[in-house]
Amino acid sequence: MDHLKKGEVNLGTTIIAINFKDGVILGADSRTTTGAYIANRVTDKLTQVHDTIWCCRSGSAADTQAVADIVQYNLEQYGVEYDMPPTTQTAAAMFQELCYHNKDRLSAGIIIAGYDPRHGGQVYSIPLGGSLHKQSYAIGGSGSTYIYGYCHANWREGMTEEEGINFVKGALQEAIKWDGSSGGVIRMVVLTAKGAVRHVYLPDNGYTGPGTK
Amino acid sequence: MTSIGTGYDLSNSVFSPDGRNFQVEYATKAVENGGTAIGIRCKDGVVLAVEKIITSKLLKPGTNKRIATVDKHVGVVSSGLVPDGRHFVSRARDEASSWRRFIKGPIHTSVLASRLGSYVQMYTLYSSVRPFGVTTIIGGWDSEDELPVDGEVGSGPKVGAGGRDESLRSGGPGLYMIEPSGLYWGYYGAATGKGRQAAKGELEKLNLQNGTLSLLDGVKEAARIIYVAHDDSKDKDFELEMTWISGKDGPTKGRHEEVPAKLREEAEKAAKKALEPDDEEDDAARGDRMEE
Repeated sequence: MDHLKKGEVNLGTTIIAINFKDGVILGADSRTTTGAYIANRVTDKLTQVHDTIWCCRSGSAADTQAVADIVQYNLEQYGVEYDMPPTTQTAAAMFQELCYHNKDRLSAGIIIAGYDPRHGGQVYSIPLGGSLHKQSYAIGGSGSTYIYGYCHANWREGMTEEEGINFVKGALQEAIKWDGSSGGVIRMVVLTAKGAVRHVYLPDNGYTGPGTK
Repeated sequence: MTSIGTGYDLSNSVFSPDGRNFQVEYATKAVENGGTAIGIRCKDGVVLAVEKIITSKLLKPGTNKRIATVDKHVGVVSSGLVPDGRHFVSRARDEASSWRRFIKGPIHTSVLASRLGSYVQMYTLYSSVRPFGVTTIIGGWDSEDELPVDGEVGSGPKVGAGGRDESLRSGGPGLYMIEPSGLYWGYYGAATGKGRQAAKGELEKLNLQNGTLSLLDGVKEAARIIYVAHDDSKDKDFELEMTWISGKDGPTKGRHEEVPAKLREEAEKAAKKALEPDDEEDDAARGDRMEE
């Protein structure tokens, strides 16, 4: 992230997405910085690109918003034109196409997570160069470097929703604690057959609530 | 031919006062003289077959294929003007590869049919072009498996993706036919070309809508139908060309391939046998006849 323009808003970030028993969970902190200044302390880095396909954005706020906007538009077109909802793979392919072909001009690290009845929950990661990785869980952003150990030690396959939420929350809390560029509230989105459910956890009460409301 | 002399048939895209487009109708006439082509949508795959009329003894047998592979899971066969069919295939390949470039996966058979239907229809709209002189049958198999993104690395959880609806069945066989007007429908069984009427009659007898006909039986039926359709006409020699596409558990593993020579020959043998007049019936007929 050395090549940000002067004054460019950076998502010095921690993002995470995991597979669990019924689908996927996305999580992120809420800090946006311009250098040392916190431009936004309650940022929403979890962006919806289709009904149950979402992404976590890290890197340049402008770049990742632009990319997510393009993908959202294309996925909507896809759904209408072919009369079937796009899969997470379709979204991942669109993100990768943009990130790879514009790799010299973008600073974007994106995690895509989605649920569809055919494929269940899926997590894809697109790091800086624009490669595409299918993963059980993915972490990204500057804060993620602090939680590789935490995630490796605590990750289990087939967690329940509650276990998944606690895992994501625990990881983000650690990242926020150690990473100066991560902070604020913890946001999550749970994607299952029931649809998308948002969660928020505030630092005021040690990230215990309010949860879904 | 009430159209003759009215002038409404001289330019493409011009309607006659009673709402017809004669150039498109003439294109359909071109198709009606082509070798019979059929497609059968079986429960576990699709068969495409075509009666290739041998126009010269100097042509090498088994060459000059008339069924083309568009993407690895889609095949196309056409009846009518052969070069028009080739151009159509070329466009179909462009559509399939453009889909792969953007979506990074195999194109759905239904989407390909829709795109090509639109393409053919465009050739009815302008005076600078003429309509396609082919009716085309598109057969494909949409993967029933989880579809990866082309070029992705890694895998999800070892326990499999969470929350998947296991009862859901995805993918399967697809069969479409596009006419020179651009009109296209999805079919259980499709037939076009010279012997289409006889072929349609035979296809209807198969009760394909029940979804019970297996791919292997479909191959046998396809061969028989091409032979039956040919029998009605007084054409010279022909070659039977057949391809098939099965699901992942079938013989072609989701790919569009030529039916193996051995199986095709077997099917042809059975087809010829089915066409031979029944001996018993002959005897009975002879019995009725008074002879001295």
